[in-house]
Amino acid sequence: MNWVWFHRFGSPPYFYSVAGRIVPWLAWPATLLIIAGLYGGLVLAPPDYQQSDAARIMYVHVPAAYVGLMAYVVMALAAAIGLVWRLKVSHAVAAGCAPIGASFTAVCLVTGMLWGQPMWGTWWAWDPRLVSMLVLLFFYLGYLGLRGAIDDTARADRASAVLAVVGVVNVPIVHYSVVWWNSLHQGPSLLRKGGPAMPASMWVPLVLMIFGCTFYFYAVMLMRARAEVMRRERGGQWVRDLLIKGGENP
Amino acid sequence: MTDSATAWSAAALVVQRDLRLAFRRPGEWLQPVAFFLIVTLLFPLALDPEPARLRALAPAALWVAALLASVLAVEFLFREDGRDGTLEQYALSGQSFAWLLLAKTLTHWLLTGLPLVVAAPLAALSLGAPATAMPGILAALLLGSLSLSLLGAVGAGLTLGVRRGGALLSLIVLPLAIPTLVFGARATDLAIRAEPMDGSLYLLAALAVLALTLAPLAAAAAVRISLE
Amino acid sequence: MIEFLAMSGYAAYVWPSVALTLALMWANVMWAKQLAREAKAEALRRIASQDAT
Repeated sequence: MNWVWFHRFGSPPYFYSVAGRIVPWLAWPATLLIIAGLYGGLVLAPPDYQQSDAARIMYVHVPAAYVGLMAYVVMALAAAIGLVWRLKVSHAVAAGCAPIGASFTAVCLVTGMLWGQPMWGTWWAWDPRLVSMLVLLFFYLGYLGLRGAIDDTARADRASAVLAVVGVVNVPIVHYSVVWWNSLHQGPSLLRKGGPAMPASMWVPLVLMIFGCTFYFYAVMLMRARAEVMRRERGGQWVRDLLIKGGENP
Repeated sequence: MTDSATAWSAAALVVQRDLRLAFRRPGEWLQPVAFFLIVTLLFPLALDPEPARLRALAPAALWVAALLASVLAVEFLFREDGRDGTLEQYALSGQSFAWLLLAKTLTHWLLTGLPLVVAAPLAALSLGAPATAMPGILAALLLGSLSLSLLGAVGAGLTLGVRRGGALLSLIVLPLAIPTLVFGARATDLAIRAEPMDGSLYLLAALAVLALTLAPLAAAAAVRISLE
Repeated sequence: MIEFLAMSGYAAYVWPSVALTLALMWANVMWAKQLAREAKAEALRRIASQDAT
């Protein structure tokens, strides 16, 4: 397998320019998919036969959960690559994932609470999925806290990378333990995705939202990673060439 | 070239050194167990000491207290040796760094985790646990405290030399410790009810084995990064 | 239209959820753009001071 492309991505100027060209190709589809998904979910889709319109929260809650988890895996992968191959760009990507992933996880929790109150009559419920998401949020906060507490960039990169890898190994273990714990203390989870089988009018907008939010995540993550790369490389010749001699893409 | 004889003797040196240093400063090593007992005392004071209620609360109280005491203890696992350059010597020694850190963490567990296990029957009895539950409680805490010390080592390695690292250490270690907490509390609860607890003990053992094999590697990577 | 906004009585739960999601997504984009702006400004400042010496 030709590894040249892989090491080329490790070059900051190459990454900066390629990522810059990719972002619009992610951002515009993301916007369209999200608009379509929200319109489909909030306006067109029928109300759930049991939860009526409250089930529409699912169109933001489920994508948020999905992105929150995916962001953590991408972050851990980028962190591991950065550790093993010592690529600053990879560490910048990992750093870019964290705030977005944490935001989506928080959104998942809050929308979960807003869904829980009308459905279960309580703001918080010890549903295993909610608890796992809460623990995931703490993993993110630990990562962000560690990054923030270490001043030296290289050391912060590597330490938080170790934490990300340790964390990603723990996510399935924690999830399993929480599911098992929950099965002991409660009946089967009340949080259903709108019934035994969702009609197309319901799952199509949901899928659109999931894809849209995924594209959104990658777009914003690349934007952050680019900014991070430029911040770290500000003394570099390629930065000078880019900004002074023109041809800078926004 | 490290052959197994030198590896064992290197580990023995680390253990002896840490034990000798510990006995010079016993106060530091007694703090976690004192903390554990105080925290378990707080639970009945915060509730009314109605026996059935206390017994229901006992597993949670014991494990939360053990968890907190363990995080408290692990703060000084690497602190002194990191400061005076001993850890760097270990890293440069040519021995497996992870192996030496495992020796160090196990010694630390012997001094801070094992006392928790020994004190646990006292705490459990005060919370209304029946005497028949003691073997189960001891077994669960033995396995659990081991996992907690090992996980704590990873957190301690990552936050070595970080200002105000204590709070960050808790934030890092506590989420990782959740599976141990869940299975440990469950095992203790089963012991108190005199129900078979094999399954939970096996799960706790599995977590301990996982921690024993993987945590030293992560801790070694973390400490190496912190020492640069 | 009113029915749509009322969400059969669940409006107080559905609309804040949607609003929060969109607000956070928008905030993340703005934050990323701000970081890019700052990084470029910092780089230009560095270049200017390098040229001056």
